Amino acid sequence: MAIIVDENTKVVVQGITGSQGSFHAERMLKYGTRIVAGVTPGKGGNTVLGVPVFDTVRQAVEERGANASVIFVPAPFAADAVMEAVDAGIDVVVCITEGIPVHDELKMYKRVRAAGATLIGPNCPGIISVEKTHLGIMPTQIFKPGKVGIVSRSGTLTYQVAYNLSMLGIGQSTVIGIGGDRIVGLSFVDVLKLFEEDDETEAVVLIGEIGGTDEEEAAEFIAGSMSKPVVGYIAGITAPPGKRMGHAGAIIEGGRGTAESKIKALNEAGVEVGRTPMEVAKIVEKVVKKE
Amino acid sequence: MRLHEYQAKQIFSEHGIPIAKGEVATSVDDVRKIAEKLGGKVVLKSQVLVGGRGKAGGIKLSNSAEEAEELARELFGKVIKGHLVSKIYVEEQLAIDKEMYVGFTLDRSRKGFTLIVSSVGGMDIEEIAAEHPDRIASVTVDPIYGLWDYQIRNVLYAAGMPKEYFKQVTAIIKSLYSILVKYEAELTEINPLVVTKSGEMIAADARLNIDDNALYRHKELEKLRDYTEVNQLERIADEKGLNYVKLDGNIGVIANGAGMSMATMDLIYLEGGKPANFLDIGGGASSEVVKEAISTILMDENVKVIFMNIFGGITRCDEVANGLVKAFSDMEVSTPIVLRLAGTNEEEGRQIIQKFVKKSGIGIYVVETMEEGAKKAVELAR
Repeated sequence: MAIIVDENTKVVVQGITGSQGSFHAERMLKYGTRIVAGVTPGKGGNTVLGVPVFDTVRQAVEERGANASVIFVPAPFAADAVMEAVDAGIDVVVCITEGIPVHDELKMYKRVRAAGATLIGPNCPGIISVEKTHLGIMPTQIFKPGKVGIVSRSGTLTYQVAYNLSMLGIGQSTVIGIGGDRIVGLSFVDVLKLFEEDDETEAVVLIGEIGGTDEEEAAEFIAGSMSKPVVGYIAGITAPPGKRMGHAGAIIEGGRGTAESKIKALNEAGVEVGRTPMEVAKIVEKVVKKE
Repeated sequence: MRLHEYQAKQIFSEHGIPIAKGEVATSVDDVRKIAEKLGGKVVLKSQVLVGGRGKAGGIKLSNSAEEAEELARELFGKVIKGHLVSKIYVEEQLAIDKEMYVGFTLDRSRKGFTLIVSSVGGMDIEEIAAEHPDRIASVTVDPIYGLWDYQIRNVLYAAGMPKEYFKQVTAIIKSLYSILVKYEAELTEINPLVVTKSGEMIAADARLNIDDNALYRHKELEKLRDYTEVNQLERIADEKGLNYVKLDGNIGVIANGAGMSMATMDLIYLEGGKPANFLDIGGGASSEVVKEAISTILMDENVKVIFMNIFGGITRCDEVANGLVKAFSDMEVSTPIVLRLAGTNEEEGRQIIQKFVKKSGIGIYVVETMEEGAKKAVELAR
């Protein structure tokens, strides 16, 4: 099963003619992702990597049946690309782009929700349903098929944890980077709900970081509604308040959003939190073996 | 980007929010002249981009131009919570009858800007919330539908705002919201919003933070950035396009990805060490970027050892290794480096390093895992 995307997902790549877009489209194709179209306004009629390019997302939907989109469009144009995708009837929009203005992100979020679509990102590495499909920029070689779902606000840290899990012989079902911005399409709770309902997922790793209260809200959900075990990791114990740590969303403001508060909330919800990525993998190993 | 009070006030004033008479000064002479012009009874407010400057001694009352001059002499060059005072905003004193609070802040969970109003003010909003929970109220504005009068009314009723202020406060809140939208701010507040003894409502302080990601659409605001307020190293790193935050430890950190960089700092701390910085070289970094990252960290005199923690996904380990070699070849580097390379082209990267170490005899310690690397770096920093 896997969540959100699988081998039947038909993907359009927005910005496929750009350097990032074509580089990652090629990698996705190699992994087996069904990329049915590309879109770059003004470049319609061309072919990139054997994929037909259209001027509009609507054409990609009508002529090729695309139902998911991956966006590699520069920040000033990315919100527009998300709006276009949703307007054309795309169900799942993965927005890789970093640096979208937050006022645009709010409007994007509202539009996507009103349409009943799913937005992953922005500022995210995408999603992979292992050995089924990959919509994003992840190093696919580190993943192994299996029953652990991963949801994360960070890219590289996700790879590190997945790598450690794979080394211990523990595979993954779906791995999602929800994005490092303050306003992102999916919350931890949204994804935990999906993992809870997914037959192929037995345990979940949640990788959070400083800023906001998404982890605290996840803890509340886990305590009340989650039957599957969740293992946590929180980055930023040493981050000073008021400073943005790379991600737009990774900032402690007004004393809120500290790593301590998140770890405490998760612990109180019965979630074991690893102090290092390796420790996280070891806890998962213990939890999965017990099952 | 956080604006200074005097910059924010100018924008507020242009949008119809009443402010006190005042001017910004960069010298003691200026302060005296402005104070004279304003009749001597003035407030001297240090323009530093940090909260709580009043408590830290950054705001002074003066009764004459001479006293203002004296106080200015004390204030200029003073360091307030780590920020050097190089500008003073000189403002007429207000006869304050009442202090209140209005502001907009981004609510990440509710996905909108939240209007917060309190019928008390003058302290941090967190303090108000804790001490006067019955005098504070809020509503989150839908970014599509915007802010409506009934929402403002409801908040004013809930915050216990006296009826006679409704009209004035509502006008100010509407102006503030239009500023928030027009300039794509991520936070704006008036604290305190005062009512003077003669019944005027005035923004006695002004806060306006602009979303950095939106600055490309607001070139006129980019000019307002005060580079004296940015850490020198952070400024250099910013110009090189590096994501760098200066910290006060002695172990330099270079990693790829924001989460990974934070995790590396945390590991150093767990091993008993102190990170000197946060530095994320991003995804797919070139050898040139790696070289620049190393040279930036080496400008920090506190750094005794550098821990490079690379998990190659899109980033290639051979490219990172080449950057390291370039850094050592172009600069005089005696600082030891602990290097962890894993993932894409890991073998190629290691070979490049091995060959280089053999040839040059330079102190690069290659480790297998990030945990091991943190341990080694802490050991070397001692």
